[in-house]
Amino acid sequence: MSTMWAASPSELLMRAATRTAGRRRSVTRRRLTLIAGLVMLGLAIAAVTLAPVLVSQSPTAIDPLHPLASPGTGGHLLGSDQFGRDLLARVLYGGRIDLAIAFGATSVTLVGGTIIGLVAGYAGGKLDSFLMRLVDLFFAFPFLVLIIAIVAMLGPSVFNMFLAIWITSWVSYARIMRAQTVVAKKQQYVLAARALGYSPLRIMFRHILPTTASSVILFSMVDAVGNIILAASLGFLGLGTQPPTPEWGVMISDGQNYILTSWWLATIPGLAVVFTGVAFSLIGDGLADLLRAGDR
Amino acid sequence: MSVPGEPLLTVRDLRSYLATSQGVVRAVDGVSLTVHEAEILGIVGESGCGKTVTCRTIMGLMPAASLHASGEVIYHPHGERSILNAPASELRALRGAHLAMIFQDPMTALNPVRSIGDQLLEAVKAHADLSRAQARERAIGLLERVGIPAPARRMRDYPFQFSGGMLQRVLIAIALASSPRLLLADEPTTSLDVIIQDQILSLLLELQEDTGMSMILVSHDLAVITEVCDRIVVMYAGQVVEEGATADIITDPRHPYTRALLDALPQEGQRGPLRSIGGSPPSLIDVPEGCRFAPRCQYAVPKCRSWDTELIQAGERQHAARCWRQEEIEHEIGRSQA
Repeated sequence: MSTMWAASPSELLMRAATRTAGRRRSVTRRRLTLIAGLVMLGLAIAAVTLAPVLVSQSPTAIDPLHPLASPGTGGHLLGSDQFGRDLLARVLYGGRIDLAIAFGATSVTLVGGTIIGLVAGYAGGKLDSFLMRLVDLFFAFPFLVLIIAIVAMLGPSVFNMFLAIWITSWVSYARIMRAQTVVAKKQQYVLAARALGYSPLRIMFRHILPTTASSVILFSMVDAVGNIILAASLGFLGLGTQPPTPEWGVMISDGQNYILTSWWLATIPGLAVVFTGVAFSLIGDGLADLLRAGDR
Repeated sequence: MSVPGEPLLTVRDLRSYLATSQGVVRAVDGVSLTVHEAEILGIVGESGCGKTVTCRTIMGLMPAASLHASGEVIYHPHGERSILNAPASELRALRGAHLAMIFQDPMTALNPVRSIGDQLLEAVKAHADLSRAQARERAIGLLERVGIPAPARRMRDYPFQFSGGMLQRVLIAIALASSPRLLLADEPTTSLDVIIQDQILSLLLELQEDTGMSMILVSHDLAVITEVCDRIVVMYAGQVVEEGATADIITDPRHPYTRALLDALPQEGQRGPLRSIGGSPPSLIDVPEGCRFAPRCQYAVPKCRSWDTELIQAGERQHAARCWRQEEIEHEIGRSQA
């Protein structure tokens, strides 16, 4: 009687085949997101490192004959600013600082926050309470206000901008990692590792970290975008890079006075921010999908 | 069955109380037991009677924050001092190298994101100073010993690529990596099907005979325990209710709980419903006064509910039961059968 409900064998085979094909397609599509992000980021990195090869003009050289030249005129491919400085050169050189922030600030907070969260979650008790109350303290302030306060206190410079991000941004990583560690700590494989007499350090870094690292790595991609925008915002407020050094945020801020007459001044560095931000977002999405697919 | 040697591990009056939001759980309440050299000791009892907590307390693996543990755990090769509540570093040096443990569910006892070989090599190198090549050789040898086909190739595989039985073999290999003197096997076959169960038990027996290590085998399955163990400890509600040599326990059970467990075993050629023990074990938060088994005991008299006893020696051999009516019950049963 049970055969009444079951599909014929060939039908079942068909269904199975369609399912696998569907899965394979979606894996390729997921990879595409990641690859697209990596290609875009690669392009951005190549462009800023190869800036001296790509453009002959200096980003700070003033061309008094062609101020506010629109794109393609006066020998400036993307136009020039109010001092006649070449916008293409400024975008490319300025990107060095923004990408340095994306990698430098993010990697330090990623590593630091992860270690702090791991230790807090695994050790538990007083150390955990202390570290997590510290995290709460940082979260109690609006992030940007805190960073502005620190930079204002230390004096505006690129290094102080890094420092401010290092001081404030580890807390998100610590909180994510701590939550993950508390869960992982109760898993049987951690108990088994303890039963083998492994040291706490070994258990934390060789047993818990590999299973929990994906979440902080994914968050770091989002955070990298956030840090670029943060650097741009600080530059915009005059707290980051100082003139005449180019930086995307500073350029947008300078360009806003001319937004009605010379749109390219603010728009082109803005597009650069968007391009890099999208690259990181795509990498983050691609990684998330890939890691989720590997979860089984 | 091997002849038991000197005592290897002595547990005296072990109590393990856990603070929970509902109250204090008296998970282990005055357990004493001894494991001799080259002996397999079985701990049997229903789920939730403190078998696992006993093992984990011995290993020092209970969460320290919510635990109150008292009593003595003496691992004789380490000296006559109790290792219960010993400093973490001291316990770490013993764990793995002297005392090893295998767990109930092999599917979750290995790290899912690291290869089998990686985890086995880590265990091999944890308590010995070996070169990479030596460690690898030993790891492959261990996998071969526990019956993993094509061990060199399977080193690269991840836990999800193994079946439950194969994973338990890997876990046994990991536990034996540093040649421990005592292996605590906490329900090692519970999550496996019957045929694999048998294979794993035979493997454990073989390994025990080869290495001469001692073993504590924990199970809720009396059939498994009687098949493998030299001596048996029967636990109920956090206490030992009967202990003795396997043959004595099977042929001459003293405690009504042991009798009930034996009666519940399916007999060959038996028809009709399986016999079971009515009711369920008491809560370990509000432990009943008197004998803890009394509410479920068919031989209980009113006094059983208010009065409890220690283990009472039965006969000349090392056989004791925690029932003050054991002689009377013996006669009652004798009369009803006559």
